[in-house]
Amino acid sequence: MVCAGCNYAKIGTAVDAADPFDTVLVAKGEYLEHGIKITKPLCLIGENYPKVNGEFKGEIITIFADSVTVDGLFLVNVGTSYTVDYAALRLVRCKYFDIKNLVLERLFFGIYLEKANHGRIFHNKIIGNAKDEYNSGNGIHLWYSHNIVVERNIIQKVRDGIYLEFSDSVSIRNNHSRENLRYGLHFMFSNNDSYTNNIFDNNGAGVAVMFSKFIVMTNNVFKNNWGSTSYGLLLKEIYDAEISNNRFIKNTTGINIEGSNRINYTGNHFESNGWAIKVLGACYANVFTQNNFINNSFDLSYNSKLNDNRFEGNYWSSYSGYDLDRDGIGDVPYRPVKLFSYIANRTPESIVLLRSLFMDIIDFSEKVSPVFTPDNLVDPYPRMKAIK
Amino acid sequence: MLKILKYSFIDLARSRWTYVYLLFYLALGFVLLFLNNDLGKGIITIMNVIIILVPLISTIFGVMYYYNSAEFTELLLAMPINRPLIFIGQYLGVAISLSISLVLGLGIPFLIYGLSQSAAIWDFSLLLLIGSALSFIFTGLAFNLAMRNDHKIKGFSYAILLWLFLAVIYDGIFLMLLIVMEDYPLDVFALIATAVNPIDLSRILVLLKLDISALMGYTGAVFKSFAGTLPGMLVASGMLFLWTAIPILGIFRKSRRKDF
Repeated sequence: MVCAGCNYAKIGTAVDAADPFDTVLVAKGEYLEHGIKITKPLCLIGENYPKVNGEFKGEIITIFADSVTVDGLFLVNVGTSYTVDYAALRLVRCKYFDIKNLVLERLFFGIYLEKANHGRIFHNKIIGNAKDEYNSGNGIHLWYSHNIVVERNIIQKVRDGIYLEFSDSVSIRNNHSRENLRYGLHFMFSNNDSYTNNIFDNNGAGVAVMFSKFIVMTNNVFKNNWGSTSYGLLLKEIYDAEISNNRFIKNTTGINIEGSNRINYTGNHFESNGWAIKVLGACYANVFTQNNFINNSFDLSYNSKLNDNRFEGNYWSSYSGYDLDRDGIGDVPYRPVKLFSYIANRTPESIVLLRSLFMDIIDFSEKVSPVFTPDNLVDPYPRMKAIK
Repeated sequence: MLKILKYSFIDLARSRWTYVYLLFYLALGFVLLFLNNDLGKGIITIMNVIIILVPLISTIFGVMYYYNSAEFTELLLAMPINRPLIFIGQYLGVAISLSISLVLGLGIPFLIYGLSQSAAIWDFSLLLLIGSALSFIFTGLAFNLAMRNDHKIKGFSYAILLWLFLAVIYDGIFLMLLIVMEDYPLDVFALIATAVNPIDLSRILVLLKLDISALMGYTGAVFKSFAGTLPGMLVASGMLFLWTAIPILGIFRKSRRKDF
């Protein structure tokens, strides 16, 4: 038990004095402490959110042991450094940990996992005040950490909401990541991960997935990632991924795809985006089925004449064909790439001609006889009604 | 002049075409809002219509009115009235009645569908303002062309050509230039080329209000810093004003010299 008048007035001394598998209870109050090191299995539990103030001097809690639980603390004022990644809570080479119900404010890095495996990060709230990318850290940072569950966290105003590097088999569920400077969620060189039911709102870019394999992305919402270089979802060198039942609403670019192969896009909903999907560079054997494309300025943009991707059975709100046999599938194939999107790729300034009569006319003529856009890029079975 | 304006206006108010024009806008407004109840989306569709149709109709209407009232004009010219004022009066009569049809025709359906409570009211007002400006500009241009060509068919052809040029061909040339010079920084060029054509300028002004600027990337930022600020707005409205003033001056000059 730690409190102002108890045997232990500091959390650090209480932790040092505890035996393995003890529980350290921290009462409500303010503790001016940093550099607390946990080197044995412990339960560190705060009652009514005691405030641990690091006074901007460095790392607040560092865990080196297996089977540690940290619950219900309010950690503030982590030191900022340009040489050391100070975190509010760092886990180093440990297993079977449970980090829950923490509130973090005015931080550099939030929860930093360094070669820590088999743990859970549950129901934390991380509120940063990042202004520039170069002197801010990430909310939840995973580095060489496998088999982690990240669930029900709220992360806002940090650099990257959740960052994964060389971390496999991580499951990210029901998180809310918003107003982050760079990405809401960021994968680098991490395989076999999944994220579902998350909301990414108003970030520099919603989610960036780079150089990773076998990632499953389902039921997420990407919205309001709006700005001159903003994306809902940025894919770079991604293989064999599954992207289904996500909603992309009001992003400058819904999905930006670069060098990504064998990805299935199913049942996604793209609404009111600038570009719903932007395909750059070599993307092969991707399949787009049962998606809704509603009121996007451009549904699809390609920067080459080559196409090896398949589009089938999607709903396109700008489809103008007919359905004589009334089977719900349009009788005329739909061409999602407009000539204008091709031109706008080549000469970005030409976007000032958006919605002009001239552009409508040349788009129409390109639709009738494709010259510049890939001529095999059609949806042969466009749906007449949006998929529910 | 006011008297002539009044006569022209009353003459037009009795004309069938003014009502057809008004009814067309009323129908358009109601159908659009009936099909989708979202005012914001309705405004985008209406923008497309305004940018294309208002210039076309103003041009044709202007030319038509000038030729149809040629006899009456000759009668007026026999009276001791200042010559330019006769034509300016007629011009204002046509332009004002067209603007009123536009504002009423689109305003009524949108008001009924609850525009006044909607946040889109400023965008919509801007749209109507731009539509009215376009009516004035293109009626003026039409009068100029008609005064310079006594031959009806010739006058009509020139008027249609003028519309075609500003609405379509200009953008084509603009795009060609952009593509040919794609290796150079083009933001300022694009800005100037847009500002010079009243149709393009109106389109961009409305699009920027509808927050499509982020779509335009860096170019959009340049435009936003131009049109989003007070000096930029002043320059833009200055350009529209210039486009109205020059045809009026043309009417003045031509009407002094013209031999009837």
